[in-house]
Amino acid sequence: MTDAVTFRGVSRHFGTVKAVDEVDLAIRDGEFFAMLGPSGSGKTTCLRLIAGFEQPTAGRIEIFGERAEGVPPYLRNVNTVFQNYALFPHMNVLDNVAFGLRVKGVGRAERHRAAEESLELVELAGYGARRAGELSGGQRQRVALARALINKPRVVLLDEPLGALDLKLREQMQEELRKLQRALGLTFVFVTHDQDEALSMADRVAVFAGGKIQQIGSSEDIYRRPASRFVADFVGSSNVVPADLAGVGISDQWASLRPEDIILDANGREATVTGTFFHGRVTKLSLDIKGQSLTALIPAHQTTPEIGETTRVSWDPARAHLMEREA
Amino acid sequence: MSGFDTTQSAIFTPRSGPLSRMVDWVIRHPRMFVFLMVLPITLWLGIVYIGALIALLIQSFFSIDEFSGIVVREFTFKTYGELLRPYNLDIILRTISMATAVTIAAAVLAFPIAYFAARYAKGKWKALFYIGVMLPLWSSYLVKVYAWKLVLAKEGILTWLFAKLHLTWLLDGLLSLPVIGGNSLSVSYTGTFLVFLYIWLPYMIIPVQASLERVPGALLEAASDLGATPRQSFRMVLFPLALPGIIAGSIFTFSLTLGDYIVPQIVGNSRLFIGQAVYTQQGTAGNIPLAAAFTVVPIVIMGIYLWGARKMGAFDAL
Repeated sequence: MTDAVTFRGVSRHFGTVKAVDEVDLAIRDGEFFAMLGPSGSGKTTCLRLIAGFEQPTAGRIEIFGERAEGVPPYLRNVNTVFQNYALFPHMNVLDNVAFGLRVKGVGRAERHRAAEESLELVELAGYGARRAGELSGGQRQRVALARALINKPRVVLLDEPLGALDLKLREQMQEELRKLQRALGLTFVFVTHDQDEALSMADRVAVFAGGKIQQIGSSEDIYRRPASRFVADFVGSSNVVPADLAGVGISDQWASLRPEDIILDANGREATVTGTFFHGRVTKLSLDIKGQSLTALIPAHQTTPEIGETTRVSWDPARAHLMEREA
Repeated sequence: MSGFDTTQSAIFTPRSGPLSRMVDWVIRHPRMFVFLMVLPITLWLGIVYIGALIALLIQSFFSIDEFSGIVVREFTFKTYGELLRPYNLDIILRTISMATAVTIAAAVLAFPIAYFAARYAKGKWKALFYIGVMLPLWSSYLVKVYAWKLVLAKEGILTWLFAKLHLTWLLDGLLSLPVIGGNSLSVSYTGTFLVFLYIWLPYMIIPVQASLERVPGALLEAASDLGATPRQSFRMVLFPLALPGIIAGSIFTFSLTLGDYIVPQIVGNSRLFIGQAVYTQQGTAGNIPLAAAFTVVPIVIMGIYLWGARKMGAFDAL
């Protein structure tokens, strides 16, 4: 099966800044693919390279097997949901959604009917006459999605689409996006800096840093078996500790130890509590073991030790992951 | 935590001095603050501006005794009737046509310049743009107009340039055209048009640039992403969003051209524009009522224009 998007040695340099640097990746047809990374890591530039807003300075981009370098955005059957939605302020919702058909010369009645259908898909039927400015953030988000879907694109690109929503709405939209993607069987490429979002929604995740991909894999892979300190730290704020301390290797190697894998254990090793943070479901403990700081997440129903107290903790060395790369 | 004096009061003692105390009082009374802010401008606008305008309007309903030349202070529409005489009507139509042509040309010229400044110019290039656009406004209007008269004259640099480029036939062809032609550019409507265009262009560029600056780049990307060709993006997204700026600019270029009496006097043929008609009527002719009636014409035209622009939603984004 042809991959939806492939990058081969793709670079995008802005002067001396290497926004994207020799990236190779293959996004499979029909998958929900997340690009995760801190700001400035190159994930958004990668998305813009797929959309055609940026052209690569080097390398080869294929979309469903066809070369895409030099092809302008309006000749790509790929549509984008923008970070701030980019809804046209001088049009109502229906005309916004129908825009993609209008530029193709589809008649008013037909494109409005199609736009209605697209709005139904995102559960906004009947909102057509409103202006974008009259909608809430979540509704705008849905309009942007309906607008991106009306051209029946082969790939849907989403640039931090949930970033501006509050937590509750974000969780709801995450679920809906995932459901919609499954129902339509479309390839979704999703850019986010929120690791929870990436892990929970995506089939596969690419972790970006410094214009390069640090690791590509399933959510489970990325979380359980981070390839580098950066991935371990960025995804799930893992404890990166000397491997001998974690009990999985020798002292000049590093291991990642997930905070939730550290448990309070009367038979464990001594640790000084340097901070406690109540999070509701869990309590986060800052610990110090012989000069090494560690973070542990313990269920909130357990008795929390006080700051300054010495407690005992342990972990199953099998849960610790020895990392291949230092960086 | 050290260095914090916990014995200190959390509320500071009131400030002394009449000005400080007055400022503190005003800060606590925001409505009073607004009132004090708008009072001078309201008085200025109300008395000097609107008052003068009403006096003018009243004048236009008086008439002149044709034998004695004395203003008859009786309400009449006679003076407005005079506006409709063919000679005066020609002046009005000539001025409106010129203002329309100048406005359209200014919009067409300003758009690419403003677009470049809003989208691509950064840092010192943007500063250079502002200086380049504003600089002509800082020098004397009369000097510029006389300079243009020399440029456009038969012996001027433009004629010389056309000759050097072997394009004299083009210039002659242009000048031989009816209405817009003449003996030389400096005594033709084309000349008047060029000078108006030059003088008022900055007033179009600045608002168009301001409106384009407010169009997020993502909107154009979104249009392109959805399949709009550059032409469609312009027509369906960029132009409608820049329209408020174009309308704002056209208000300047249109009304400034409508009221000007110096440019057509220096560059152009001897046919009058509204501004010149007002000047002559209130000066040499001493016909204040007719001058007033002429002055009302641009006001009415601008009123209609603004009303139409508002209907089009041109001020929604201001």
